Amino acid sequence: MSVWTRIVGWAVLIFGLLYFFVPLGGLFEFSLKARRGVYSFDAYREVFADPQFQATFSYSVVMALVTIVIGILIVVPTAFWVRLKMPWARPYVEFVTLLPLVIPAIVVVFGYIRLYNTASWLPLTGSIFGTNALLAFGYTILALPYMYRAVDTGLRTIDVATLTEAAQILGAGWFTILRRVILPNVVPAVLSGAFLTFAIVIGEFTLAALLDRPAFGPYLQRIGANKAYEPFALSVIAFAITWACLALIQFVSRFSKAAPARH
Amino acid sequence: MNQARPAPWLRLNFTWLGLMPFVIFVGLFLVLPTMHIVIGAFHTRDGSFTLQNLIDLNSGTIPSSYWISVKVSVASAALGCLIGFGMAAAVTFGAVPRWIRSPLMTFSGVASNFAGVPLAFAFLATFGPVGLVTVMLRQNFGIVLQRDLGFNILSFWGLTITYLFFQIPLMILIITPALEGLRREWREAAEVLGATGLQYWRMVALPILFPSLLGTFALLFANSFGAVATAIALTGSSLNIVPIQLFAQIRGDVLGNPNLGYAMAFGMIVVTAIANVVYIWLRIRAERWLK
Repeated sequence: MSVWTRIVGWAVLIFGLLYFFVPLGGLFEFSLKARRGVYSFDAYREVFADPQFQATFSYSVVMALVTIVIGILIVVPTAFWVRLKMPWARPYVEFVTLLPLVIPAIVVVFGYIRLYNTASWLPLTGSIFGTNALLAFGYTILALPYMYRAVDTGLRTIDVATLTEAAQILGAGWFTILRRVILPNVVPAVLSGAFLTFAIVIGEFTLAALLDRPAFGPYLQRIGANKAYEPFALSVIAFAITWACLALIQFVSRFSKAAPARH
Repeated sequence: MNQARPAPWLRLNFTWLGLMPFVIFVGLFLVLPTMHIVIGAFHTRDGSFTLQNLIDLNSGTIPSSYWISVKVSVASAALGCLIGFGMAAAVTFGAVPRWIRSPLMTFSGVASNFAGVPLAFAFLATFGPVGLVTVMLRQNFGIVLQRDLGFNILSFWGLTITYLFFQIPLMILIITPALEGLRREWREAAEVLGATGLQYWRMVALPILFPSLLGTFALLFANSFGAVATAIALTGSSLNIVPIQLFAQIRGDVLGNPNLGYAMAFGMIVVTAIANVVYIWLRIRAERWLK
């Protein structure tokens, strides 16, 4: 390894790290400048006191939790069934779960608005509950690639067929098998899928804005057009939540590696 | 896999029922809405078949918005590939200490998912008119970004460098395994035959990596082509890229023809689908060597 290679290597790495950390630093610094001349947490105080922040933030948190539940209900039984009974269908199912990465979210939500409007056979956008449900379903679709991959990887580490047979011999039905045998065995995988879903949903903008729901993402964008420092404080909060979620994923996956599944 | 048994669809059983919840859900909330858009792109408002919507894409501001979108996507994908490759190579080939690899990969996993409104504010706070870097350059070096370098965060380059924040980590995530797949023996064989380092890269390593590189480029391209939130929060409506225009069309039918909106959305699907097909195809090719 020549000296020049080392120098170039370090230069590229440092440039890249600066690229990541300078904007984060800039964001944080700017969010502290609400009071002239000194650093203060004024912008944060302002934000936390804003009832709209509380409303939109809790709306998004609830939305994320609902999305996670729907995602688990859809993905875990499907991934389990495919592994157990229909291994030939795995590539097709996997392909379908990757489609949300190919079809832009804005196109999908455009379809929702036209397909489920008040004049259609399933008028979901006609009521507030229906629109909320539609938003949660849309988020489930957005999170599908991550959720499916996480759960499927988790299922790979356990012997699905043997566990199922053992449970069946003991008289368990499908529901009991899923809830008391399969799910407890893939908890770390489900958790990492869930945290990623949470991180995606909490700041999501496109779907919420176009379905006109009072979520955190559109609120952040709207306040960004009207206020000077608050949007930056909000962005710091959003960053912190995302990083916390992803740190939790790391933690959970380490934890599950340390304690391998029993066969 | 199933040669020993009769073809799955010939057996009379109901195992496929277990897949129904998934199929119905994905059908209702992914496939049908998308089909609705695609079919709508080929129909007039009263329901007869037409290609006029696709022809009309070539009118008004639409071609220029596609062009800007493609340019931003190409620029951010190319720079993302270049810088990401450099960083991944520095870590993989030991130019920097090995322990950096693990935190860098973790960090990349996080940052590659970080598109959205907050990202736009991070870059505004850094390179905007009163941002950290802007002010620092002005006070310490007397450089005014806008005046001296012609740089404006609410522009083509502004959007491109913002997208790089998630493009570079995505490149690192995907290309590092490929770089690690380059066997030491290949390098040694090349050296035994008298190749210089440059010759090894030009005639052995790069040809092997080429499908991976090009494939990742396609993926990065699709990734930035579909990004909406960052662009809207950063530039409002001042930069006329496809997702922003489609967003305005969905909000208020600014094109005056809903089916033209379908055609625009269809165009987006086509572009990202092509990029993804290229990625998948090249990835299959790349895996022949990198196992």
